Amino acid sequence: MHVPFCKSKCPYCDFYSVTSHSSVNRWLQALDREADFYSRQFAAFDTLYLGGGTPSSLADSELAWLIDSLGRRFTFSPSAEVTMEANPDDILPQRLSRFQAMGINRISLGVQSFSDDELKFLGRRNTAVQNQQVLEWIKACGSFSVAVDLMYGFKGQMTESWQKTLDRTLDLHPEHLSCYQLSIEQSTRFGRLQREGLMEPLNETQQGDFFMFTSEHLQARGYVHYEISNFSRGIEHMSRHNRKYWSHAPYLGLGPAAHSFQNGIRWWNARSVEQYCLALEGGKSPVAGSENLSIEKLRLESLFLGLRTRDGIGVEAIGASPQCRSALLQLQTEGLVRIENGNIVPTQKGFLIADSLPLLLLD
Amino acid sequence: MIKNTRNFSIIAHIDHGKSTLADRLIQQSGLVSEREFRDQILDNMDIERERGITIKSNAITLPYRARNGETYELNLIDTPGHVDFSYEVSRALASCEGVLLLVDAAQGVEAQTLANLYAAMEHDLVIIPVINKIDLPAADVDRVKEQIETELGLDAEHAILCSAKQGIGIDDVLEVVVERIPPPSGSDAEPLSALIFDAHYDSFRGTIISCRVFEGALRQGDTIRFMSNGATYRVEEVGLFRLNREPATQLAAGSVGYVVSGVKTVSDTRIGDTITNHDRPAAAPLPGFKEVKPMVFSSIYPISSDEFQSLTEALEKYKLNDAALIYQKDSSAALGQGFRCGFLGLLHLEIVQERLEREFDQSIIMTVPSVQYRFTLIDGETITVENPQYYPDPLKIKQAEEPFIKASIFIPERYMGAVMKLCMDKRGVNPRFQNSIAGRIEVIFEMPLAEVVFDFYDKLKTITQGYGSFDYELIGYRESDLAKLDILVNGEKVDALSLIVHRDRAREWGVQVCDRLKDEIPRHQFKIAIQGAIGGKIISRSTISAFRKDVTAKCYGGDITRKRKLLEKQKKGKRKMKMVGSVMIPQSAFVAVLKSEHD
Repeated sequence: MHVPFCKSKCPYCDFYSVTSHSSVNRWLQALDREADFYSRQFAAFDTLYLGGGTPSSLADSELAWLIDSLGRRFTFSPSAEVTMEANPDDILPQRLSRFQAMGINRISLGVQSFSDDELKFLGRRNTAVQNQQVLEWIKACGSFSVAVDLMYGFKGQMTESWQKTLDRTLDLHPEHLSCYQLSIEQSTRFGRLQREGLMEPLNETQQGDFFMFTSEHLQARGYVHYEISNFSRGIEHMSRHNRKYWSHAPYLGLGPAAHSFQNGIRWWNARSVEQYCLALEGGKSPVAGSENLSIEKLRLESLFLGLRTRDGIGVEAIGASPQCRSALLQLQTEGLVRIENGNIVPTQKGFLIADSLPLLLLD
Repeated sequence: MIKNTRNFSIIAHIDHGKSTLADRLIQQSGLVSEREFRDQILDNMDIERERGITIKSNAITLPYRARNGETYELNLIDTPGHVDFSYEVSRALASCEGVLLLVDAAQGVEAQTLANLYAAMEHDLVIIPVINKIDLPAADVDRVKEQIETELGLDAEHAILCSAKQGIGIDDVLEVVVERIPPPSGSDAEPLSALIFDAHYDSFRGTIISCRVFEGALRQGDTIRFMSNGATYRVEEVGLFRLNREPATQLAAGSVGYVVSGVKTVSDTRIGDTITNHDRPAAAPLPGFKEVKPMVFSSIYPISSDEFQSLTEALEKYKLNDAALIYQKDSSAALGQGFRCGFLGLLHLEIVQERLEREFDQSIIMTVPSVQYRFTLIDGETITVENPQYYPDPLKIKQAEEPFIKASIFIPERYMGAVMKLCMDKRGVNPRFQNSIAGRIEVIFEMPLAEVVFDFYDKLKTITQGYGSFDYELIGYRESDLAKLDILVNGEKVDALSLIVHRDRAREWGVQVCDRLKDEIPRHQFKIAIQGAIGGKIISRSTISAFRKDVTAKCYGGDITRKRKLLEKQKKGKRKMKMVGSVMIPQSAFVAVLKSEHD
């Protein structure tokens, strides 16, 4: 569920959202129609993910209406993972019990950092004190699995500062951690600053050092590094929802700019609240594009998606030529991948270059 | 009629306006309408037009009504300008009675002006200085005239002044061709002797031979004979080169035109050969005929091995129009099946490569060029080797020899030191010097051909700021201390990168090749070691460090399609690479290894 509303835009983020909340009601109505349209097309869901945007920027009544609407259109399994993304700045203790009542059982909190300077640099609304406070409230509440989003690896950031953010997070024992290395996207404010020469990315060596440090630090504290940017306190806490994206499981994305996948077809909605609402109000589909994936394309996707996770890919999935075989051997020798139960699995060092692996292993 | 024929060529330093002047002369003759006209009209090939060079000779017959009221046929023969094609140039010049020596009014006399002047003087041609670009603000006609007198030793008083670009003085140029270049001599009644100066392939008519008739006449229906090999043909058609071919009843003594006579491929003709009449042959062929021999050898491989058939067909078609290229099947452990080819020189090689890629749509890899070496083995057998793959077992070599050339280099005196050093670096021996014209010097060196084929010409141009010109002839084989330099990429020998070198220069080559490959091969996920080795001994090495990070932080629903498309694109790019073990080597690396770093 893509909630396309934010109170303010963060300068690094290229997910689709608008900062005006004036069309929330219109959007909710449109969403209801879209849900209705797909209501018979999917079997029971075992995950619901409210992402965005900033779902916590909606009022509780709006969130309740939304979840109620989805509940009426679709079947959810009793043990479904229901995640909501939240900005600490939006959270008060009394809201948490309402979230719980709505059926939300997992909160993904946009902490990003425990340094106020860094939070300011990242254009965040939340502060380090809020981060600490809100995490404690959620913990105290006892009914949520906690996922924390963090960001690192920007020019000028000290390893010490990053370690402090990690350690303060770890003190609160979240079930899940996403540590995103800053990447400067063209269409963002950071992207513009970089084009104007006012900002530069960290050099490759330092990026690598930060990444390895993060991986090792979290593993030492018992976390499983199961995808490039994702860590879980044991395999039972891996994000059930996100793993669907990486394994070609069917999923339905609702809302502007949301992507869906089923039976080898991928489709996506218009990247505009206005167009999205207009289409549905006119009884039309908000789908802006789609692709029917051939076996070959699916195979290619499985390969690069698999190589970004600890699951890896089956040895049989790579090219059959002697070159591919010798490349595999070379990668093993270099400690970039290892073979586990017939799967090629990237090591931590391999994660760092995961996007370059498929090309090497393909004929 | 013969008294109203003129055969001439235009010679010039590059960029002094040769093609523009030719264009103007053609326009002035009225042979081509404004609509049909395009710049560099005689250069038909894309590659000629783009590089602003002439590769193939070309002729055109221009009608001209002179100031004396008479009508003339002016045969303009356009010639290539590079040392690789000096034999073709010499045959084209042998077909003329005179040349226009074009000099840029701002640049003055330059290297090629001089080299071209010498070539024209060798053929006893009338040389008419023409000063071009007189409209330029920097034009200094008086200075250039003085240069022509002092440096070239020509009478500049009657030099023609023109601006081909602005169309100034074009009439004067045509007029002077009529006035000062003598009409050809020769008689229709004599036995036929005609000089082949070019041939090109026409898919409808077969080979179109360009020739200059010296004695006798060529008529449709005649049975002709090529004097070099005795082959006979029946003449189907003769005619003049207008903008298109214009059939005529005969080519009379003194004229320039074409012959179509059922010759299937260009390779069946030999430039410089004499055509005579089978029934009434000339007593002797025209002088100057040489069998053109390839000087430089390299292998051509398709990038993808399943394109071998397509490459085979492309080469067959290409060869129809380029008699100088020779090839035969070859194979390499690293690159699969391909062809070993012989070329006139490096420019010729580049042209073949470019035309195969552009006109025949082939994706190819060309290996390091080599010359032809000669080995006498212990058992007394003598073998020639132009492919490092077939380098004999060093233990069995009794004597190794490499081809030597006599290099003639024309330079202004001030570059003497630099050119001497270059020639010594290139293992030149027996230097001799000749003062040619005031301020100029001719340096003659005996040098191994191998040293010259790679980048000698480019280096000479650089150190003499373009004033050096260069020509060479093969003088035979000399004993030499040779070695085979192998290149290993991550421990794996890449046979297509091996080269035969002089032992004294082996280390230098090894270092250069390793350095160049370091620049050409992209970084990989792992370290790549590049080594140069002779026998089992490593003599040079370089290392390409691994890249540290190549991964995006996020990959969720909206990112997958974009990532897949990027990968599909990269996969296509990979097809342009050759895999050696798990290392991807780009196509460009195979030839780049020879270019020194400051190119």
